[in-house]
Amino acid sequence: MQDNNDPVKHALPPVSGSAAQSENRADQRKSKPLPAPKGNAGKAATGYSRRDFIGTVAKSAGVACIAAVALDQYIRTARATDAKALRPPGAINEEEFLSACVRCGLCVRACPYDTLKLATLGDPAALGTPFFIARESPCFMCADVPCAKACPTGALDRDIADIRDADMGVSVLVDHETCLNYKGMHCSICHRVCPIRNEAITLEKQTINGRAMIIPTVHSTKCTGCGTCEKHCVLEEAAIRVLPRSLGQGKAGRNAAGRPLTGHGQLKRDL
Amino acid sequence: MRMPFTRANIHAFAEWTTSEPRSYAATRRGWLFAHRIWLLRRLSQTLVLALFLVGPWYGIWLAKGNFASSEILGVLPLADPFIFAQSLFALHKPILLAAIGVATIVALYLLVGGRVYCSWVCPVNVVTDSAYWLRDKLGLTRDRKLDRRTRIWVLVGALLASFMTGTIAWEFLNPVSLLQRGIIFGIGAGWGIIAAVFMLDLFVTRRGWCSHLCPVGAFYGLIGAQSLVRVSALQRTACTDCGACFKACPEPHVIMPALKGKGTHLILSGDCTNCGACIDSCYVDVFQYGSRLSPKHAAPEAYINAPASPSRMPATAAATATAAE
Repeated sequence: MQDNNDPVKHALPPVSGSAAQSENRADQRKSKPLPAPKGNAGKAATGYSRRDFIGTVAKSAGVACIAAVALDQYIRTARATDAKALRPPGAINEEEFLSACVRCGLCVRACPYDTLKLATLGDPAALGTPFFIARESPCFMCADVPCAKACPTGALDRDIADIRDADMGVSVLVDHETCLNYKGMHCSICHRVCPIRNEAITLEKQTINGRAMIIPTVHSTKCTGCGTCEKHCVLEEAAIRVLPRSLGQGKAGRNAAGRPLTGHGQLKRDL
Repeated sequence: MRMPFTRANIHAFAEWTTSEPRSYAATRRGWLFAHRIWLLRRLSQTLVLALFLVGPWYGIWLAKGNFASSEILGVLPLADPFIFAQSLFALHKPILLAAIGVATIVALYLLVGGRVYCSWVCPVNVVTDSAYWLRDKLGLTRDRKLDRRTRIWVLVGALLASFMTGTIAWEFLNPVSLLQRGIIFGIGAGWGIIAAVFMLDLFVTRRGWCSHLCPVGAFYGLIGAQSLVRVSALQRTACTDCGACFKACPEPHVIMPALKGKGTHLILSGDCTNCGACIDSCYVDVFQYGSRLSPKHAAPEAYINAPASPSRMPATAAATATAAE
């Protein structure tokens, strides 16, 4: 052990007694004096003062905070979910979903169709989370909801009673210009393929520019957002699409942004 | 006609694959000796992934899910404790199943060693070990020094960010989850992040990812500090000071107290991954796996001579004591 040609000792930080002690003396000059090395070898050889300790903690806490803030900002950007990606049935709301989903893929394995996928880099959902793209493969609305029942964390509601309670989004006829029914044709494919037939999408007779038409009309309280209509729309790009409810639905009430409630005497008095 | 698979060629190839730290043991005890635990680890890493892959490939459903959370043989739930911790910080109320899964995993690693996850399970280990091997082969020495405690602060940062965003924050970029999930479910453009980890370890910092930055490893390290199975430098008196174990070890600082100290023979630091690189690379069989509770491994024989020695001396202190002897 006394052999100074020992390769281990050269490969590692200085280990000889004299080196450790001179290090210690240097330390004493710039910070609080430490107890003599004899009899307290452990403390002395590390040469670690209270000032060093506080410095290290401050530095480390700084690194942790920077890491946290950077990650926080990154996540705020990353989690702005793409309207193209839909969550499996029974998913709790998106905010809570990302606190619960561990990205294990048990729902994907439980799905009997090729519908659910785990997002990888470049997919329109947060890394590793389950999603489906209705236009590629919609949710087939299994009566027993196997995907939700497989979830080990509660990100999907395991106790979902009926697939009709699922809320993956809401279907919206987004393009009146290309929809064939709006051109007076009886395409109505979206109505015919809908698994909640004649309830989620009905055909409503309307007269537009003097022409009688039947217009596919979505009923948001019945629609689960399964995406079967979007999948089967005959156009090159679907005229009917499933959107997250926040994007797809309006809400009765006053537009807070459009009409200031304060600073306008007329309105204030009317209130 | 050329004969590529002659005995001599195979020998030459085996010699070429052997990294410098293992070459001491390989020349004296043979290639297989110097790679025996390494082979077992690669087998273990392959088998764990295979467990999840025989389902989608051959319809044999032994395990469903992935390392984040899984279901073994349709019954046993397993769940990643670090992800679970972040989920708690994000104020998600856990369901019982997840808690059982986490408890099972924590119990397992308390038994076999916390960072056994890193060296015997995690596929990123193969990536970073390969980078380390290639560093050795190419003679790359550039090493941007990082504090190995950085990972603890990344861990704290990840928990803070989970709280701030209400999400499982680290999972938005975790390469460890990304790779195993990618292998089991499809990786897509995720290879980019893995390539970045490889490049970091190859060109920037020696053992940069696993030994300095990865908060998953840091988390398992916390478990490992208490775990039962530990590497023991039981035959440390036979040490020839060749230095092979220090060079092979991904966390060289953990070896010193056990090998050169007067206290316990066990490597007690949670940073130790139980990878067995020291066991493989030592041609005089200094190291072996041992139990924390075994008196043979835990008790320092030198206690008879120096009863005052603390059993968990810091590395430099242990060395000073040795040198002053």
